[in-house]
Amino acid sequence: MAITVQRPNLSLAERSYLPAIFTGLSITLGHLWRMMRGKTHVTMQYPEQKWDSHLPEHYRGVPALVTDDYGRERCVSCQLCEFICPPQAITITPGELGENDPFAKVEKFPQEFKIDMIRCIYCGLCEEVCPEQAIYLMKEYAVTGTTRAEMVHDKKKLYEIGGLKTGLVDKWDANK
Amino acid sequence: MVNIQVDGKWVQVPKGTRAIEAVSKHGTFVPHYCYHPKLSSPGNCRMCLIEMGSPKMGPDRKPILGAEGYPETSWIPRPQICCATDVAEGMAYRSHSPLIDECRKGVMEFLLINHPLDCTICDQAGECHLQEFSVEFGQADSRFLEEKVKKPKKVDLGPRIVLDDERCIMCSRCIRFTQEIAHDDALGFTQRGSHTVLTAYPGRPFANNYSLNTVDLCPVGALTSKDFRFKMRVWFLKQTSSVCTSCSTGCNTTIGSRENIVYRQTPRENNEVNSEWMCDHGRLNFHFLQDEMRLTEPLARQADGSRKPVPMKRAVEEAAAQLHQFKPDEIAVIASARMTNEELYLAGKLIRTLGVTMFDILPRPQPADGILVSADGNPNTHGARLMKVASDDPGRYLPIIARKVNEGAIKALICLGEDATACGVNPDVLATLPCVISLAILPNMTTAAATVLLPGAGFTEKRGSMINGKGRLQRLNRAVEIPAGAGDDWEILRDLIAALGGGNGIYTIEELFKQIAVDAPALAGLSLSKIGDLGLDLKDKLSP
Amino acid sequence: MSAPIHWLWSIVVDLYTTWGFIMVPLSKTIVLVIVVLIIVAYSSLAERKVSAFIQDRIGPNRVGLPLTLLGFKKDLRIGGLAQPLVDGVKFLLKEDLTPAHVNKFYYWLAPALAVAPALLSIAVVPFGSTLTLFGTSYKMVVADVNIGFLYVFAITSISVYGIVIAGWSSNSKYPFFGGVRSSAQMISYELSMGLSLVPVLLIIGNLNLSGIIEYQAKNGWMALPFSNLAFGMHENGPWPWVSGFRPREMLLWIPMLISFVIFTVSIFAETNRAPFDLPESEQELVAGYHTEYSSMKFALFFLGEYAAMITGCALIATLFLGGWQVPVPSVDFHSLHDWTFALITRTGADGNIWGLFNIVCFFGKVIALILFFMFVRWTVPRFRYDQLMKLGWVVFFELALANIVITAIILAFVPA
Repeated sequence: MAITVQRPNLSLAERSYLPAIFTGLSITLGHLWRMMRGKTHVTMQYPEQKWDSHLPEHYRGVPALVTDDYGRERCVSCQLCEFICPPQAITITPGELGENDPFAKVEKFPQEFKIDMIRCIYCGLCEEVCPEQAIYLMKEYAVTGTTRAEMVHDKKKLYEIGGLKTGLVDKWDANK
Repeated sequence: MVNIQVDGKWVQVPKGTRAIEAVSKHGTFVPHYCYHPKLSSPGNCRMCLIEMGSPKMGPDRKPILGAEGYPETSWIPRPQICCATDVAEGMAYRSHSPLIDECRKGVMEFLLINHPLDCTICDQAGECHLQEFSVEFGQADSRFLEEKVKKPKKVDLGPRIVLDDERCIMCSRCIRFTQEIAHDDALGFTQRGSHTVLTAYPGRPFANNYSLNTVDLCPVGALTSKDFRFKMRVWFLKQTSSVCTSCSTGCNTTIGSRENIVYRQTPRENNEVNSEWMCDHGRLNFHFLQDEMRLTEPLARQADGSRKPVPMKRAVEEAAAQLHQFKPDEIAVIASARMTNEELYLAGKLIRTLGVTMFDILPRPQPADGILVSADGNPNTHGARLMKVASDDPGRYLPIIARKVNEGAIKALICLGEDATACGVNPDVLATLPCVISLAILPNMTTAAATVLLPGAGFTEKRGSMINGKGRLQRLNRAVEIPAGAGDDWEILRDLIAALGGGNGIYTIEELFKQIAVDAPALAGLSLSKIGDLGLDLKDKLSP
Repeated sequence: MSAPIHWLWSIVVDLYTTWGFIMVPLSKTIVLVIVVLIIVAYSSLAERKVSAFIQDRIGPNRVGLPLTLLGFKKDLRIGGLAQPLVDGVKFLLKEDLTPAHVNKFYYWLAPALAVAPALLSIAVVPFGSTLTLFGTSYKMVVADVNIGFLYVFAITSISVYGIVIAGWSSNSKYPFFGGVRSSAQMISYELSMGLSLVPVLLIIGNLNLSGIIEYQAKNGWMALPFSNLAFGMHENGPWPWVSGFRPREMLLWIPMLISFVIFTVSIFAETNRAPFDLPESEQELVAGYHTEYSSMKFALFFLGEYAAMITGCALIATLFLGGWQVPVPSVDFHSLHDWTFALITRTGADGNIWGLFNIVCFFGKVIALILFFMFVRWTVPRFRYDQLMKLGWVVFFELALANIVITAIILAFVPA
């Protein structure tokens, strides 16, 4: 069934568009004027001003590796993150710790740990899957580079970003 | 056949069947650690506990029959292990009951009491029975508050094996394997109770040629392979069914590879060939394909005597052009029984296209060990005979070829996968020979002297078939890609024959096999896919 | 002045005295084109800034002087004033893509046709009164032709070809729609635009644009007849008098306002500016007729659109707002019974300072109109196509026709 829409009856002035145009102009010019006097503050000037202090606790920035209270690198290269990573951004080369290493009990460590930040989708599955509390998504988010190679974070860079994290479970204690 | 009752259902099973097999087949899967169908049953892991019952006997010592005509069961009031008993007439089994579930949970808890829970660094993770069964039958948290027992870790058992005693669950599979299969009684338990440790005999390394099978047998990560240790997690590995090419036994294998790198080779069950085992030598004999020295650049000798890298197509043309300059009796062909049937067929075709009369393969006699290692080190001697590249006495013509080359009667040598110097050719003569065509994987004296060098593919990189020493036709499958620059051997040979005017028209290995099946009566009616993963027995069809 | 500079100067003077008939129009053309292009460049920045401010945003504010390249610590931002420069560089450096499916010749011709008419028609618009150089007085118009008016109409009707050819030669559906819409729109509004100017011509009786401005200087602007107002008291006269307040001019104001509105709106439509930007309406047609264009060819369409807007604004200013002319108040006070206040026109004849003042006034009016165009663009939503056609053919066309009759009646029956 056809529905008849009741059209408004416009006066001549309304039909000439002009009052509406001038009302509109007064609104837009009002905004213009307020902006020119610096009364409106909406935009944040990004690199100079940042919102970092407002980032939520669960913010997911760049993934990075951490060391613990004893200076031990947490990662034992179990490669679960490499397995779970949806865009396959992580590449790990496992290695074996020497007998003389202070943490020789751990036996295994990542010889190389690479995250291709061009591929990374910041999903946080690596952090979720990690059984060693070794990889965390930091609050850092401004990752830039001028080459593809620069965008691949290697182990050194990952530990630089991750730094030291305290209060982690110490399951590799030699006495345990 | 005997009648037994499994989970309330009466079935017939062959006499002599282990109860665990019968229950797993007709009921539900029974978890187990120590039991292995190819080994004896000590019954020491206690994981396979089920409820059993025997027929209820009347006063006349005859079974009391129930409504369906089957005997009524009198259940044994406690759980029994089912891995150590054979089935008997009228026996009843229950693989699922509240009692059994409790038992399994309890056994799992005991097994995990002293387990280090270091799955993150354990190579077994992903194919570990402890992980699988604790997910299925175990519980999530531990009630154990005491100190765990400390045991030796990272024990160097032998040249190829590392032992972590803390992970060991004392199933004794490895001990039984070394005793019963490898006949090298090298392993054993020492200490008692929860301090029991697995050790090798003092002062004697666990070094027999079958030691790596214990790594496969170990249901947990206690025994690990030094070669594979910490190299790659097993869940990344792509599994390709193939065949070992290290001797004429042709053990069935699974190649584990990831991103074009082979990480390990494990035996694949084939009761006609290798049961579930393979020797350490064959298992580790794939690293040469990933060697830095691997040949990946076709070379051709230029007019000025220097050798220059050329594309494969150009190298094959160059080889044909060089061969055209010689009369058939000035050319010799040394083929290899390490080649597949398909390659050998084309080698035979090449020999006949050139009209060469001097050709043979290099035999590789070696001592057999009575277990798996065969006396013939070539994996495909039967194939070479079948394709008429070798006589019934392989290597008979090699000394003649070597002499003719050394005397200068033969001026052109085609070496397919073999080193001419190993066949008796004088290296100095070889270096000055006007035409040496070499199809090879790794550098040797012949490739150094080659006027045309054709880099080929290794056994993990190609498809094809081989006939093992017992006349079984088996199939190789491609696990990884051929390195850039190198070519598939059969394609190189096909192109060479085509360039020599032999014609071809074959574009796939399947087509090639079909053509072989037409030409070789022993393979009549077969195709590559018909061979299947377990191979086909051609013993009767092959001429003695 | 040292000898070589003196010698060079004498050559310049020589050139101007002997080759003046070429040199003078040439230098006027060059200066005018440069000024117009600068205004075009900065209108694009202004457009972005105005739109940003209206929408409570900031707009481009980063590109300034790259002082860090010279070793300083910080760049000088100057509010993004260098933005048009880098925009231009970007357009020049972008890949110039010619799709395979286009008609190459016309595809390349169209951007040129889009720019040329806009720049051509500004040639006859007087942008100042006169400037005196080496004792000769020069009129500040490139071509002071007697039929300037017809010339403008002839050229603007060509400008539709750039768009139509672009739309057609792109051989792609959205540009084609854009081209078709544009041709229909421009032809429709050209009619009412032309008719709306007939009353102006009836009043002035002169097709020369300089003449039109002179008439407005004498008789008041077409859209503001009081702009030549003068009043005062004479010692001898009993009453204060007011001149410039004449009934016929007052009556003619009504048709002039109608003409002004129709002409201005038609210029909006002719330049494809919002709310008449149907040919390139992004929501429906991607980018309309220049969808398939990239790099400098796209920039030429962009340039053409803004140049057309400048030309349109210059025409509005010339025809209705007195062109370069701005009345200057002049008070002559002797005593309470002897004083005059007059709005008088100063021209280059009063000195080069006033000549320059006139030029500044002209461009000031043009810029003000451009800003008005921008305010409208960021305020008024786009017309529906039927509304557009209805407005052109039903409202403006009839109104402009009626306006001619009204003007004619006033001119015939109300005494001067």
